[in-house]
Amino acid sequence: MVEKFDAIVIGAGPSGNAATYTLAKQGLKVLQLERGEYPGAKNVQGGIMYSHELEKIIPDFRDDCPTERHIIEQRVWLLGEDSYVGTNYRSEAFNSDRPNRYTIIRANIDKWWGEQIRKVGGLQICETTVTELIRDPSGKVTGVRTDREGGEIHADVVIMADGVNALLAKRAGLQDEAAPENVALAVKEILFIDPELIQQRFGIKEDEGVVIEIMGKVTKGMVGTAFLYTNKESLTIGIGCLISDFKNGSCPPYRMLEDLKNHPVIKPLIEGAEMKEYAAHMIPEGGYKAVPQLYGDGWMVVGDAAHFNNAAHREGSNLAMASGRMAAETVIELKAAGKGYSASNLAAYKKKLDDSFVMKDLKKYRELPGIMHGNKQFFGAYPDEITAAAHNWFTVDSIDKKTKEKQIMKSFIKRRSVMGLVGDAIKLVRAVR
Amino acid sequence: MSIMVKVEEKLYQNRYIVDESRPHIQIKSVEACQTCEKQACTFCCPAACYSKNETGGVTLVTDGCLECGTCRVVCQDKGNIAWDYPRGGYGISYKFG
Repeated sequence: MVEKFDAIVIGAGPSGNAATYTLAKQGLKVLQLERGEYPGAKNVQGGIMYSHELEKIIPDFRDDCPTERHIIEQRVWLLGEDSYVGTNYRSEAFNSDRPNRYTIIRANIDKWWGEQIRKVGGLQICETTVTELIRDPSGKVTGVRTDREGGEIHADVVIMADGVNALLAKRAGLQDEAAPENVALAVKEILFIDPELIQQRFGIKEDEGVVIEIMGKVTKGMVGTAFLYTNKESLTIGIGCLISDFKNGSCPPYRMLEDLKNHPVIKPLIEGAEMKEYAAHMIPEGGYKAVPQLYGDGWMVVGDAAHFNNAAHREGSNLAMASGRMAAETVIELKAAGKGYSASNLAAYKKKLDDSFVMKDLKKYRELPGIMHGNKQFFGAYPDEITAAAHNWFTVDSIDKKTKEKQIMKSFIKRRSVMGLVGDAIKLVRAVR
Repeated sequence: MSIMVKVEEKLYQNRYIVDESRPHIQIKSVEACQTCEKQACTFCCPAACYSKNETGGVTLVTDGCLECGTCRVVCQDKGNIAWDYPRGGYGISYKFG
């Protein structure tokens, strides 16, 4: 007899975990397939985890979820050659009983998710790669084929949470290959260090964390950003740029990361730390316009595989969890109503997304990816000019301030022209309104 | 500011479960690489799996692969890379991720 499930979820990342847990909790017969040796073995995240979406799924997650530090300070730095200009926001209010954001180590969180899924009766099987979707003559997805012997498994509905590569949807012709300008490559390292040193260098107490988001010279004019996050006993440092830029440039990603680690303002923060892992991962950056078809007869796609990432706010895992939950809720509601999983019924999933922050935020920033991709001055000329202006302004040298103002203005105009500056301002507003 | 970087030293820290003689990524046509002007895979791959060889083509060694998918994206116009996931349980196994 062939075993059949209510739903199969492919992948054990944030979106797949949210979907599997939500389905299992409501008593549905759900199978989650993961190709890694253990949950998390193939996953890479910066990583910052946002509480609000997780709370919706597991309200008391704080009881045993292995988070690192709750974030009390957010820094945004623009790096020059040997300098930075930045803003910091720190508040005691972030030291609440229910912190809003945590730094995390991805593999720890995914193992924890695996336990939560088992607790509510979900079946998670690792070391199993799904090779293709099974479809009936009408094209309806009826299950998956895996690389295990006799590895055909059937289900009423399949949720693809297989991450940014989304090979299954691509192979089935349900999604196109991502354009190089719509996806970034990020590389990162985890650096272990005495927690006392982390607390001293960042001015924080045990459990408190600081995150730094970085732009500027370190991406060598490419469209990209970098980051440095504080974990309990480690720091994660990473940098990512659009693949279209890596393709045209000639600086390999690992050299860019090494240059970041050696930047004069970064180096003292990570000094003496021991590197324990080097990771790379693609990030969907195309935004609203790059979102593929999200559902069809017998299938839905969630998380990174659906290109859900808000690059402007560096939010991805919360969009992943939200979309996984919404896909699961759609299945639960249809089953309760005795309806099937035809494309027209699964359109309810898209409606949920449209009504939520997931699609609303992506829509708000729909022009941002195109504008950033076509205007590299935001990543090259401006960081240079702004740090140079700060250097001029904060150097006391008996030049009168009016002359300094003129020097700074002149430098900006020389670099971008008056019309260029006005145009850039308009573009920035268009990108974020 | 650029300094010499040995990517092998970075990869050395990682845990891999190698599927002996079953590479999950393959170059389809040797000739297509030889006529490829850019050979962007050789400087985009974060694990330096691709290197220029003496025949003017590209040599691929997948042992250090981080399974990011970048090579497939950069080569999509040529479509000369057959990219698959490793068999279940094999490949990179992130301890921290």
